[in-house]
Amino acid sequence: MNEQTSYTAADYKAGQPRWCPGCGDHAFLNSFHKALAELGVPPHEIAVISGIGCSSRLPYYMNTYGMHTIHGRAAAIATGAKVANPNLTIWQISGDGDGLAIGGNHFIHAVRRNIDINMVLLNNRIYGLTKGQYSPTSARGFVSKSSPYGTVEDPFRPAELTFGARGRFFARCVAVDGPASVEVLKAAARHKGTSVVEVLQNCVIFNDGTHEAVATKEARAKNAIYLEHGQPMLFGPNREFGIMQEGFGLKVVKLGENGITEKDILVHDAHCMDNTLQLKLALMEGPDFPIALGVIRDVEAPTYDQAVAEQIQEVSAKKPYHNFAELLMTNDTWEVK
Amino acid sequence: MAEEMRVKELKHVVVRFSGDSGDGMQLAGNIFSNVSASVGNDISTFPDYPADIRAPQGSLSGVSGFQVHIGAGKVFTPGDKCDVLVAMNPAALKTQYKFCKPQSLIIIDTDSFGKKDLEKALFTLENPFSELGIKNEVISVPITSICKESLKDSQLDNKAVLRCKNMFALGLVCWLFNRDITIAEKFLREKFAKKPLVADANIKVLNDGYNYGANTHASTSLTYKIESKTPKQKGRYTDINGNKATAYGLIAAAEKAGLELYLGSYPITPATDILHELAKHKSLGIKTVQCEDEIAGCSSAIGAAFAGDLAVTTTSGPGICLKSEAMNLAVITELPLVIIDVQRGGPSTGMPTKSEQTDLLQVLFGRNGESPMPVIAATSPTNCFDAAYTAAKIALEHMTPVVLLTDAFIANGSAAWRLPDLNEYPDIKPPYVTPGMEGTWTPFQRNPETGARYWALPGTKGFMHRIGGLEKSNETGAISTEPENHHLMTLLRQEKVAKIAECIPNVEVQGDKDADLLVVGFGGTYGHLYAAVEEMVEEGKKVALAHFEFINPLPKNTAEVLLRYKKVVVAEQNMGQFANYLRMKVPGLAVSQYNQVKGQPFVEEELIKAFTKLLEE
Repeated sequence: MNEQTSYTAADYKAGQPRWCPGCGDHAFLNSFHKALAELGVPPHEIAVISGIGCSSRLPYYMNTYGMHTIHGRAAAIATGAKVANPNLTIWQISGDGDGLAIGGNHFIHAVRRNIDINMVLLNNRIYGLTKGQYSPTSARGFVSKSSPYGTVEDPFRPAELTFGARGRFFARCVAVDGPASVEVLKAAARHKGTSVVEVLQNCVIFNDGTHEAVATKEARAKNAIYLEHGQPMLFGPNREFGIMQEGFGLKVVKLGENGITEKDILVHDAHCMDNTLQLKLALMEGPDFPIALGVIRDVEAPTYDQAVAEQIQEVSAKKPYHNFAELLMTNDTWEVK
Repeated sequence: MAEEMRVKELKHVVVRFSGDSGDGMQLAGNIFSNVSASVGNDISTFPDYPADIRAPQGSLSGVSGFQVHIGAGKVFTPGDKCDVLVAMNPAALKTQYKFCKPQSLIIIDTDSFGKKDLEKALFTLENPFSELGIKNEVISVPITSICKESLKDSQLDNKAVLRCKNMFALGLVCWLFNRDITIAEKFLREKFAKKPLVADANIKVLNDGYNYGANTHASTSLTYKIESKTPKQKGRYTDINGNKATAYGLIAAAEKAGLELYLGSYPITPATDILHELAKHKSLGIKTVQCEDEIAGCSSAIGAAFAGDLAVTTTSGPGICLKSEAMNLAVITELPLVIIDVQRGGPSTGMPTKSEQTDLLQVLFGRNGESPMPVIAATSPTNCFDAAYTAAKIALEHMTPVVLLTDAFIANGSAAWRLPDLNEYPDIKPPYVTPGMEGTWTPFQRNPETGARYWALPGTKGFMHRIGGLEKSNETGAISTEPENHHLMTLLRQEKVAKIAECIPNVEVQGDKDADLLVVGFGGTYGHLYAAVEEMVEEGKKVALAHFEFINPLPKNTAEVLLRYKKVVVAEQNMGQFANYLRMKVPGLAVSQYNQVKGQPFVEEELIKAFTKLLEE
């Protein structure tokens, strides 16, 4: 029998998704299947590991190895699986509550260690499964069942948290924006180390319209910028706007106004080790700035799982004992005859 | 003083080395126990470290002790009290004197008993012996000055010279017990192989100590010898503590199972030494991940188990609380996982360096839902090896998390251990899926004999599947809230754990077969309970011991054994957790309790008193 070398989205599909009709998770799942088919990693070499929440049901819809675990711990479980078998391609699926509230500690430490897993953070800024409480990404003042008078706390911005934990890869896409999501997921998979992908996802039941500014193609043309490494930062329905540096900050300019030409526009550098400008781009928001989509940061660094394996090799080459019987003889011993 | 020294033969003796943390008492004690073990004595040792990391020099909180019990026959505990106390400074004398008997011999370094030294140890009188009311025989030696004089021509600096003081004490003790110091010299040569000058200096001072005893007869009229009576089993031996033996058991099990070993852990006293030990042995392919917290330690181990390693997480007291939720994930996903709890004083942070058996009910029942968990409790430092090996074997062959309970006492205590031959250990064969199952296999298909589900490792073609914390259909492996299925899965998980009873040995009764009193214990108290029962039996008392290593499931003969005796007492270092568990498991069982929660090992003498009283009632 010949080894199967190419795959279609159908090869990665299993089960019948049970998310609410119109949930952003459906669209994301489609993009995920497509991205995996285009990457061509055999389904049996993939493990999809999730925590708890609506989006964490995703492994059941994958014809791969998968584990739907406990609330917040997906990053830790994924870490163990990757260290145990570095040949596996590991995807972690978490929501904003799972990844950044109960799982916040595991999130920052997985990113810091730079373990080679792909983390998808489906951010709908709400707890859906428990029926509508504010999440760590809900804006200050957000009214929900558990904050009837509005929250009195500031949210996390996932990019800021990722960068603060020394993240080497951060990308963002909109769940309903299929082609761009597929590209971002493929880039995340190709990156060696922890890749964080923030997926802006709508909850039709409890937080409908939370990402309205980028929910449609037309809205994105106006309110979003697709960043591409090596390309000038242009956006707008006719790519008439651009981003320039001004002092310590950024500003939006219109081509042709005040003599500004494409040459004045910042060119995106996702591979720049210094993350200052990348962070500024990641934190842009309306109404004054477009929301940045695409791969914002993608730099190389040693990965944890590889370093663990290399250290084992290095030490093995130096130490004289390689099995249990030899280990025993490294002790002070005496003989009873 | 007699011209010829008389040599008295002893059955067993307890020596306690004590001094400032920097005085090298652990090394002196270790070498003395190794020398004794080399000539065939049985040994049991217990290091007693100060709780403070770097207490002020000479202070009461900075005293470090090392107790070794050596015997002509078998010894089971480090001993209640000592026959010889080495006290290198006043603080040691003050804090360690409580371990002396009236006839104990005390050895001191007079050079460190000056006015300032006494003040540091908070003595108010000039004579510390009268202040403490000590009437024991004392050998007073100016150890520091002899040491300095002896090494004045060595190239070592003053600090390094003073670090050799412990070897003088060791040499003197070796003389007292007629030990062959060439064996100690060999240990020192090996220990300081890379520092020959230091080795030379230590060996010189060791000989000074020995010769001081021989030349002056050290103001004592007797020396002693402990001839080995029961020949030890032939073989090569080493001295090993419980934490190291636990680590070795895991390494051996991984090798036997043909798996890589993964440890996910977070530092916590007194379990951390297992992490230290395993982290050293990268040349055996061991992966240790020091995680961000206890939860991640356990969770990452579950990930490693899913991916196909022998996965382990280690912790103590508060850590086991944090791991509970993840332990339950291993229960419902039916993944092999070894969870090691080195018990310490609780509740909460409690007494981190002290020993208790207070986590038993927590590991048995401390999780939400019906959550059957096999539990094994190691009985001695060296038994930690077998217990860890067995825990791994059960986890892998029965596809279940397994808790191994040890405690601070056996984790830090050590004994002579015959190096095992892995060929003599049983195979470990996890129930992997076989190619023939492809197409019809579902995740909860079970081996009919053990009830264990078959293990399909990620990376294997044709066996892609999803598991998780939600209840699954026994038939298909899909999520299920179907009432009959949940009840069935609950029963199947319970039955799988219950069937482990088929693979474990019966509980043995030691002592008088027609005993009127059966003493029952579990885990790390074995040495003390056995020694107490043995002594009572020697005195003709009708008493026996049934000590449990397997807690869940219990050995098959448990009820039969426990119901055979008129009186049963469960002795444990908690408020009656094992007693209550036995009452639950053995209908009709009436037991009395002996409970002590002091953070200290049982005292043989107190056990004998309590058991004798029960016999007489």
